[in-house]
Amino acid sequence: MGEVKIEVGKLSVSASPHIRCDESIAKIMWMVNLALAPAALFSIYRFGLSALYTMVICIVAAIVTEYAIQKWQGKTITVSDGSAFLTGLLLAMNIPSTVPWYMPLFGSAVAIAVAKHTMGGLGFNIFNPALVGRAVLLASWPVAMTTWPTMASKLDGVTSATPLGILKLQGYAKLVEIFGDKMTMYKSLFFGSRSGSMGETAALLLILGGIFLIYRGYINWQVPVVMIGTVGVLTAVFGQDPIMHMMSGGLILGAFFMATDMVTIPITVKGQMVFAAGAGALTVLIRLLGGYPEGVCYAILLMNAVTPLIDLWLKPKKFGARR
Amino acid sequence: MNYWAIFKKGIFDQNPIFRLALSLCPALAVTSNVFNALGMGLAVMFVITANNVVVSIVRRWVNQKVRVPVFITIIATIVTLTQLMLEAFLPALYKELGIYLALIVVFAIILARAEVFAMKNGIVPSFFDGLGMGTGFALAMLLVGTIREVFGTGAFLGFPVLPASYNGPLILILAPGAFMVIGLLIGLFNVIGEYRSKLAAQRGEA
Repeated sequence: MGEVKIEVGKLSVSASPHIRCDESIAKIMWMVNLALAPAALFSIYRFGLSALYTMVICIVAAIVTEYAIQKWQGKTITVSDGSAFLTGLLLAMNIPSTVPWYMPLFGSAVAIAVAKHTMGGLGFNIFNPALVGRAVLLASWPVAMTTWPTMASKLDGVTSATPLGILKLQGYAKLVEIFGDKMTMYKSLFFGSRSGSMGETAALLLILGGIFLIYRGYINWQVPVVMIGTVGVLTAVFGQDPIMHMMSGGLILGAFFMATDMVTIPITVKGQMVFAAGAGALTVLIRLLGGYPEGVCYAILLMNAVTPLIDLWLKPKKFGARR
Repeated sequence: MNYWAIFKKGIFDQNPIFRLALSLCPALAVTSNVFNALGMGLAVMFVITANNVVVSIVRRWVNQKVRVPVFITIIATIVTLTQLMLEAFLPALYKELGIYLALIVVFAIILARAEVFAMKNGIVPSFFDGLGMGTGFALAMLLVGTIREVFGTGAFLGFPVLPASYNGPLILILAPGAFMVIGLLIGLFNVIGEYRSKLAAQRGEA
């Protein structure tokens, strides 16, 4: 063995990590907010100022709740990392713009206080906070939460059912009749001229935001593709219109922005695909057989509950280990 | 023995619902309004006190191996009595409580007090233990029921206490609301409990 010469100054010795990246929680969260921004702005444009008010209330309530809880618990205050902002924004996208002011306030407070901080804060929550907030609101004020402003007319106070609501109560033929013909229906679903929650209407903008996140590597493309694909395949199997089902309701919003929440979904890509398939199947089940016209919210929450099991089941094999 | 201490521990330090987390089922199921919650609380208070006394009387003649069937038989007898009395004198409450009244037989807290306390202590301490635990249970039920009814419907015992424009979250009346309220109250009681034991420690040092 030859002598090993180490020239001082050329070799640096340090503790790991050796490779650093410039990603941080704050950066990722603000990027997701940015990806949601076009759809959010579109909803303000289409639904008017009431959408802006609801959105601002949601976001401010989420941030204030987070600040108050972290202050009270003596933790580092992390309201500037954008996660509370994102929860508020996502909750706002999930509710109709016409709800009275105290509903988004209550929903945001429950989302942050109960769903996030009783579990230990960011990174420890089992359920997606925004979806918990929405589920609580839906259980609390079922009438206000299912009264949607229509976008066809710009008049205030005109409400109508969502396409899925019409489908549930009046059938497919009636739905097509309202839009005129099938092509018009697909087009208006895709470009967002229909009634619904604030953020779920503009399929195109949501998909663009989602593609941006995939491009940045923050979410795996498998999740939205598998989830929306499952819905498409299953609805086709059950003799429904798959294109209409894939574009309506909160499916696209849920598949790109909520079924991809890093905290509440499985760690491995394989696990995430199982998660997405399960969420898609549950969505179809609720839409076709359940009491509610739309089931994305509950489907994702139910899959959140089994996420630890999926992780356990699909644990990656250790290198060289035998099964 | 200090009877006051035996009575008092059931109200806060060993509150059946918030500290021991026993008998959560009635606390979830029948607390959607104050009337039902209080009725249930008082019924349980009666059963637990009477059961403690009876168990304490018969404990010398009960074989260790068959004590649970014996306890259950005693509890079932007392619950049946309660049920018949309520049906005769308070039919409205009897109707509201429904199946939960019969289910008092299997409430964990009653069997637990028989096993933990009445089996090992005399009649008078057992009476106070049952009374204290029952009072703690009834107060806890009253607290949960009050929060759920006042904030869920804006009324207390059916009388409106909040302005008519108050549009409360329906979820408080539903089961998930009960889970949230009880969970948050347990958290609150833990915080208060920690604070109290810190105070007690300081007093001990001083």
